[in-house]
Amino acid sequence: MHIKWNALAQTAGASFGITVAVVAVFALGILALSRREAALSAREGEAAPAAGGGRLALAGAYVCFGLCAAAVVYGLVLIAAP
Amino acid sequence: MEHISFLVAVVIITALAFDFTNGFHDTANAMATSIATGALRPKVAVTIAAVLNFAGAFLSVKVATTISGGIVNEKTGIHPEIIFAALAGAILWNLLTWLRGLPSSSSHALYGGLIGATVVGVGMNGVNFDTVLSKILIPAIASPLVAGLASWGATKLAYAITRKGNAETATKGFKTGQIFSSSLISLAHGTNDAQKTMGIITLTLVSVGALPHGALPPTWVIVSAGGAIALGTYMGGWRIIRSMGKGLADIKAPQGFASESAAATVILTSSHMGFGLSTTQVCSGGIMGAGLGGPKAELRWSLVRRMVYTWALTLPAAALVSGGAALLVRQGTWGIVLVGAVLVAGSGAMWLISRRQPISADNVNDVTPVEVPATAPANAPTPASTTVAA
Repeated sequence: MHIKWNALAQTAGASFGITVAVVAVFALGILALSRREAALSAREGEAAPAAGGGRLALAGAYVCFGLCAAAVVYGLVLIAAP
Repeated sequence: MEHISFLVAVVIITALAFDFTNGFHDTANAMATSIATGALRPKVAVTIAAVLNFAGAFLSVKVATTISGGIVNEKTGIHPEIIFAALAGAILWNLLTWLRGLPSSSSHALYGGLIGATVVGVGMNGVNFDTVLSKILIPAIASPLVAGLASWGATKLAYAITRKGNAETATKGFKTGQIFSSSLISLAHGTNDAQKTMGIITLTLVSVGALPHGALPPTWVIVSAGGAIALGTYMGGWRIIRSMGKGLADIKAPQGFASESAAATVILTSSHMGFGLSTTQVCSGGIMGAGLGGPKAELRWSLVRRMVYTWALTLPAAALVSGGAALLVRQGTWGIVLVGAVLVAGSGAMWLISRRQPISADNVNDVTPVEVPATAPANAPTPASTTVAA
């Protein structure tokens, strides 16, 4: 009887880590999006166009969603070529 | 392929029927939470799942060269009649659990069927029980726990991170994310499960000499296996979708995204590391974790208990039915015809019983639990279903 406990533990650890990381990054992206919305609506109230915060938040959101997309593409590669 | 016997034709048709029930049973895995949170409308969800299951059948270059991954000794045990008996048990168990709205593993049903039919047809030495333990039982216990834990942690984090943001933006964002995460599960499902049917048909053809040893699945096999699983997926096992999406917990978009991400990750990581596991159990475990990790930290434990009992029963129950079927099939053509008749009659009976509480795309999001109402007093559902299951 040979059970690969090591591989089992690795699989479990990797699954946990990847899941939490991807969901956290995605949630950060969503947080950034709502920051941008807040910045945009705040700017409408003011006369001076202070675009900094909104643009930075949008860039952050793009980075987050890009990372998630990369994780999905890696998943697709795993499916296609095991 | 000039001569295909009656038995081989029956095996191919039964394999495609199993593939259909497999898709039908497992639509819920990918789509239950997306349907429950409203990320996808029910019909749209099953259409996406069907298309991706079909695509998944073509995606993998890994050829289905083994049915069971070493669980049965395929050199001795791969006679078409044993495969037929195995499929009969697996189909009946899949339909019985569907009737009761319980997600159970189609792979375990198939493995159980193969084990039962092999023990009867070949003997105990036809089954590698070591492999059963390391390839089925341990992953079956570990994978839902890992998926549940990951999903629980991810749900907590998702809520914590987005708490300061706009709630509406968050819901919309997580719903969009769900479309991708559930699609990934569908694709992985098509790749794994459609290949099993391809393997069964191909190896049956090899075993009777219609194909050379080590042959790749012919194109018609790939297309028909992909088609059967896609059709089953499109029909949507609405009973199981309701149980998983609404029955376990009140799932909101962040929970749905977390549970689907956990399930997709566990499935892909495990198949990359060479562990076979049940998509169904992983997805159910993910939903349970998301329910507990959510703001209300709730879970309907009675349904959890029923699901876990069903998982434990799946393998032995399918083995029992298939063992009985194997006894009959060995008697010759009349045995095959009899098993076929029982299979058709049992499936028909369960479909008829399901009509007493019809669940469809229109009412899938109701919270009424899926039951088998014993409205007809004379021919109550339980005797009918226990006869076929026993």
